[in-house]
Amino acid sequence: MAASLKHRREWIARASCVLPLGLFLGACALVPATAADGSHRLSLPWIPELGINLSFMLDGLSVFFALIISGIGFFVTVYAADYLHGHRHTGRFFVFLHAFMLSMLGLVTADNVIALFVFWELTTIFSYLLIGFEHEEAASRKSARQALLVTGAGGLALLVGFLLLEMISGTYEISRMIPQASPIGAHPLYGAVLFLIFIGAFTKSAQFPFHFWLPNAMAAPAPISAFLHSATMVKGGIYLLARFHPILGGGGAWTCTLMIIGAITAVGGAVLAMGQSDLKKILAYTTITALGIMTMFLGGKTTPSLTAAMTFLLVHSLYKSALFLVAGIIDHQTGTRRLEELGGLLRPMPATAFAAAAACLSMAGFPLFFGFIGKEIMYKGALAEAMCPELAAGAAVLSNALMTAVGAILVIRPFLGRSAGYPAPVREAGVFMWCGPVVLGGIGIIFGIVPDFVGRWLVGPAVHAFHFSVEDIGLSLFHGINEPLLLSMLTLAMGLGFYLTHRRLFQWIKSASEKIPVTAERVYDGCVNGVGRLGRLQTRILQNGSLHRYFFIVAAAFLLSVGYGFLSRAQGFPEVVPPDLALRQWLWVFGITAAVITVLVTRILLLAICALGVIGAGLAILFLSFGAPDLALTQLLVETLTVVIVSMILFRLPGAGSETKGRLSRRLFDGLLAAGSGVLVTTLLLAVLSTELDRTITAFFERNSYLVAHGKNIVNVILVDFRSMDTLGEIVVVATAGLAGYALIQNRRRE
Amino acid sequence: MQSLILRTATRLLVSLILVFSIYLLFSGHNSPGGGFSGALVAATGFALYTIAEGPASVRRAIRIDPRRLIVFGLALALASGLAAVFAGKPFLTGLWWTVAELPDYTLVLGTPFFFDVGVYAIVLGTILTIILALEES
Repeated sequence: MAASLKHRREWIARASCVLPLGLFLGACALVPATAADGSHRLSLPWIPELGINLSFMLDGLSVFFALIISGIGFFVTVYAADYLHGHRHTGRFFVFLHAFMLSMLGLVTADNVIALFVFWELTTIFSYLLIGFEHEEAASRKSARQALLVTGAGGLALLVGFLLLEMISGTYEISRMIPQASPIGAHPLYGAVLFLIFIGAFTKSAQFPFHFWLPNAMAAPAPISAFLHSATMVKGGIYLLARFHPILGGGGAWTCTLMIIGAITAVGGAVLAMGQSDLKKILAYTTITALGIMTMFLGGKTTPSLTAAMTFLLVHSLYKSALFLVAGIIDHQTGTRRLEELGGLLRPMPATAFAAAAACLSMAGFPLFFGFIGKEIMYKGALAEAMCPELAAGAAVLSNALMTAVGAILVIRPFLGRSAGYPAPVREAGVFMWCGPVVLGGIGIIFGIVPDFVGRWLVGPAVHAFHFSVEDIGLSLFHGINEPLLLSMLTLAMGLGFYLTHRRLFQWIKSASEKIPVTAERVYDGCVNGVGRLGRLQTRILQNGSLHRYFFIVAAAFLLSVGYGFLSRAQGFPEVVPPDLALRQWLWVFGITAAVITVLVTRILLLAICALGVIGAGLAILFLSFGAPDLALTQLLVETLTVVIVSMILFRLPGAGSETKGRLSRRLFDGLLAAGSGVLVTTLLLAVLSTELDRTITAFFERNSYLVAHGKNIVNVILVDFRSMDTLGEIVVVATAGLAGYALIQNRRRE
Repeated sequence: MQSLILRTATRLLVSLILVFSIYLLFSGHNSPGGGFSGALVAATGFALYTIAEGPASVRRAIRIDPRRLIVFGLALALASGLAAVFAGKPFLTGLWWTVAELPDYTLVLGTPFFFDVGVYAIVLGTILTIILALEES
């Protein structure tokens, strides 16, 4: 029974691939329309008063991303059902996966920046849930929290950037900001906007110095790494940069920042990738490289460099998701992902080996593979840039050469190499697992053969959606013997050199990277631990568990804040008018005074509690004699219950009823505090009495209470009708306090 | 607490107190009282019963968990506010129906009454939750 249930769950999971498939086919159907005539908008009112709408725009760029998201989402869904075989949280996994996919699609189609921000944060949240999917492992939880905090903080920066943009341009719609690009660029807040949007994009797309969360995110299951952390979510920042290129881009600050950060990220990621031995970590660092290259090329403003960014995005999504899925298959079938423990997998796993080879050759940029086209256009773009083409070209060549070497390592060592001893004979994974990487790798070959088709229908419309020129993007197989081709040859030669020395490089980079004194990750850890320490410190001071301390803090805070506020504005001590009381009222005043003295001098706890009750009851009767029956009734009841509950509590406290009252100095201090609070309240009340009472509100209530609210008891009408919002807030507080008190009591009982 | 006088007196008093509590709840709109003070009166009644007979008999007598009373009260107060939203008016606006036209008086019923019942349930539920938990600990 349980087995069939598990089986059924697996088939439901597999069947859920119709969602990405349907979305993919839908996006395919949109390709001709967006390639022909630009963009289509759809707007639903959300908070129209604030100019916030659920507006979506479909243009070449969003359809390009939607195709990647839904297409890879389809293969990942099919793959994951087998990968998770028998996992008890399969259902949860697929809900998160599809929810992530829908938020990602929302992100790339939103035209309203507030909607974009909401989708942006949703992808962050689902990424958190998916990285922490194996939530019983501490490392997994830590990585998930790290990714959440880094990308979440970036998201908040992004929100502020969007709000500033709205202040400048007067609209939340991206499509309406584009015509205002030049006033935005000239605005004094332009620099701040640029900085905040860069923080958002860099954290999401793992740019230096925020790159460290991505390798740690490899704690997620392999299909998640393939989908979120290589093909889609980390491209969110790239999408953002492309989308805002026509609004903010093209200036010196834009180009310089993106070029430098992109170049550092690209080269740094590639170098660190050489120092890893875990397959997924290697792939994660090369993903950082790829994102750095895209960022670098989005810094440019010529058609070739922007084309390079978009082409490489497609190339990378295809081969990297295939490679992550391959890494997952290897892990699933052999039980290890460590390079030194793998070898000789070609014979037992031919389909996986084909997928890995196709993907790696595309990554290395061999001719006839789509990666080659991507590399050619990259070099063409780098050389076409006006601002320091040497930097861009140099960084591109170096990181591509290192990626070539990584590609060679990833094929040769696990698949060719000497067969390592595995505990059990290795078999090929099921067809549902290898079909995804094989198809994705195969597309890399097909696209490499028909680059002009890809250019016309996919990359071209995407580039022209944010780069308004009629220039042809020029993707083709062979451009003739020119500088890019020579750079390509140089790259392959350097890649070969890096491959031949990779064992030495591995040792060298590994030991060097351990010696770096300050890393971004350690700064992050320092911040997180610092917040924790601060929390513990303030808890130790403010909430040490002593009721005396709590009362002291509340009373002292009241005395200082209210007292300061009052004294700084007071004009002399308020006039004291001798009260005009009847004899019976004077009697009650004396009764209350006597009760106060009793509380102060008595050493019997029960007597003190009862005397407190007498004070309250006396006040209630005074209220009654002044014609406030409702107030008096409530006061009397509250006092009665207080006496009952306080005596219930006090007699349960350890040591209650005995007469320890602390040291004299402490008592003196407490007495001063109490007296100070009493004097302050009295003074405040006298000050209130000495001013003229504004009766307009009273008059309103008297006029309308019966006519509008059908009630003669004004107090109650105010509570449940005129001011019912306040009452609602108060009863929520009462309910919360009650449940919290209950929880505290239960907690004590358990201890 | 085993006191014969207290237990006998409690039997008589509690029913009177509870009736008075309901009276306060209903009459609150036109004379002193209302949901809050009604609930406090009921709570004193139950506190008395708790002291005389122990928390177990109180739980038996009220039958439902006082925590549920809190939830019910919150839901009722919210629902009485939302009723106005469904009628196309701002949240918590009072809606009134004429129940009966008496010769010298028109009896009306409105959402503020249900709001008041919600207040009653929350306050009573909260105090009972605390008192019972304290007595049982």
